[in-house]
Amino acid sequence: MSSRDRILARIRRAVGERGPDAEGEPGASGRAGAPGYARIPRDYLRVHGVRTPQESADLLAAHLAEYRAAVHRTDRHGLPALLAGLLDARGARTVLVPPGLPPSWLSRAGQARVADRAASTARELDAVDSVVTGCALAVAETGSIVLDAGPGQGRRRITLIPDHHVCVVRAPEQVVDSVPLALALLDPARPLTWISGPSATSDIELDRVEGVHGPRTLEVVLLTAAED
Amino acid sequence: MPAFPPFPEAARQAVGDGVLRANLRHATHTIRDKRARAVAELADWDRLRAAGKAVKDHTLRHLDHYLVQLEEAVTAAGGTVHWAVDADEANRIVTALVLATGEREVVKVKSMATQEIGLNEALAAAGIAAYETDLAELIVQLGHDRPSHILVPAIHRNRAEIRDIFRTEMGRWGRPAPEGLGDDPRELAEAARLHLREKFLRAKVAVSGANFMVAETGTLVVFESEGNGRMCLTLPETLISVVGIEKVVPTFRDLEVFLQTLPRSSTAERMNPYTTLWTGTTEGDGPAAFHLVLLDNGRTDTLADATGRQALRCIRCSACLNVCPVYERAGGHAYGSVHPGPIGAILSPQLRGTASAIDASLPYASTLCGACYEVCPVAIDIPEVLVHLRERIAQGGPVTRNGVRVRIRPARGHTAERAAMRAARLLLDHPGALSTATRLLARARRLRPRRLPGPGRAWTDTRELPELPAESFRAWWTRERGTPR
Ligand code: SF4
Repeated sequence: MSSRDRILARIRRAVGERGPDAEGEPGASGRAGAPGYARIPRDYLRVHGVRTPQESADLLAAHLAEYRAAVHRTDRHGLPALLAGLLDARGARTVLVPPGLPPSWLSRAGQARVADRAASTARELDAVDSVVTGCALAVAETGSIVLDAGPGQGRRRITLIPDHHVCVVRAPEQVVDSVPLALALLDPARPLTWISGPSATSDIELDRVEGVHGPRTLEVVLLTAAED
Repeated sequence: MPAFPPFPEAARQAVGDGVLRANLRHATHTIRDKRARAVAELADWDRLRAAGKAVKDHTLRHLDHYLVQLEEAVTAAGGTVHWAVDADEANRIVTALVLATGEREVVKVKSMATQEIGLNEALAAAGIAAYETDLAELIVQLGHDRPSHILVPAIHRNRAEIRDIFRTEMGRWGRPAPEGLGDDPRELAEAARLHLREKFLRAKVAVSGANFMVAETGTLVVFESEGNGRMCLTLPETLISVVGIEKVVPTFRDLEVFLQTLPRSSTAERMNPYTTLWTGTTEGDGPAAFHLVLLDNGRTDTLADATGRQALRCIRCSACLNVCPVYERAGGHAYGSVHPGPIGAILSPQLRGTASAIDASLPYASTLCGACYEVCPVAIDIPEVLVHLRERIAQGGPVTRNGVRVRIRPARGHTAERAAMRAARLLLDHPGALSTATRLLARARRLRPRRLPGPGRAWTDTRELPELPAESFRAWWTRERGTPR
């Protein structure tokens, strides 16, 4: 008997005769669940509180700041100058640019561009100073930005190896209030990275230290609608 | 398996170690206070807890269904699934997978499953170096030590000890510690960053565990803070994940419960800095080869015990450790297992059986105060399982070992029990634990009968449950010690 069959047989013996579902629910409800799945209580909240889009963006900003991410706000007219300023202030000489990043975003930045190429080695990426990306969405209640490798985000490693990550969130469109609302919008087939503040550790006497391995500086730009 | 001393002996040593006790007390109290605030922020916490419990119970009841579904989904997404009945088989599978890549070193994400099976030792025996990359695990590994807490495994070490370990050991494994390294946490973290970055950038193979696996989609999830997890999960060419079969949940949507409850219960944050979700392999992004090793190693035996199986709901948040008066005084090492604290006291004797002295003593490593149950985000009734296991040990009875139904004989003279009672007395012989214990006992007394119903009856008829006196803890203390405190 293979180990697979042995484990499955042990499970079946361990849970005993399940028989027809005790409370008379008709059989397995498709691929998502075994009998009884639909009866799992889901009376928890979809969202904690009622907020205007403005309040949601403010909550996101407050939670990110609590995690010691720097938060900036601008509109599309101010974005190129803001990004250029952030990169200059950092002293960055090179910036990683994911393929779908709108070209206008970095139109004012003087840094040498490094393309997100599959052939680049981790060591090459380690020499890059900063990375600028968009995101898939952001979650206000938890202060998280979520990347899904979509346009303007690139491969997972480009937001990991450089020490400085600038992430642009379009507010209010990309801001959702809660984790349940966020998961419903995400595609599990894509690689997903949830980022809530910069890399941090509390392993030494519970003293929080920012940055062990991931970017030690996270800057989030809330890009609000421009008033034309 | 290493021969750990039974809990009472190990605990006695720990209680005598003043530095350890001070470190532990500071750590557990800090985390537990922060956790209470993080949990209070969610008005629906009790409902999230009930949902988490229900998701896990449902999955366990249909574990065969969901594992097969998971296997299909992972395979369809480009991964390869392996099944391991026990530690030896899991170690053989991982070793063979690493050797097949031609590599002789792997980077590792903190994982209790791989500690449980002794993977690092097995790899070393095959000539493969396994590098722990979580800062705390690095401290433990370089210090030739064992983890003592689920979340902060090096909590028993202070900064000066860590500096000494880095100074003497880092150079033997790779990049040495910087000249004149001090003991500021910032400096120490920087030394770890430099030491490990070398390994990340050249690593071709990584080994991880996972916090959750989604049957519906084949998605795996890892929660972490430092970014070492992301490094291991995305930079190498080959990723091997060793995961206990109980970690599966039915649907992607079910993660909405645990993404809310795990970080708050564990690190007391709204969300941990990094959470990585991956499904098989992605062309051009992350490892080209992904292997999932599904680990039984006593889990199906645990599943066969209708009372004890609830331990398999555990999401390893470590909240129960931080509220436990016994853990606070005994430290994690006393539990003689990678699973310390209250959850370790019910999980280890079920995964490993109660044949050894340490495993037979673990169900007694508790005051049954009930604090662990109250904080548990999946509502595991740890006291109930402790009492159940004590009965098993004292009275004997049917258990499942390696898939076979056997009957264990009663422990002779209840030696474990007597020794454990002495340990409990010793542990609580300290005013520091009193105020908490008093409050918790008062609450627990309302919930627990003085005599156990059913088969436990005979046992409790002749034995008082000294850990749950009818009188208040303070009154009992005064009577026992003669002086009110
Ligand atoms: S038993 Fe509950 S509280 Fe303890 S680690 Fe597991 S999930 Fe957390």
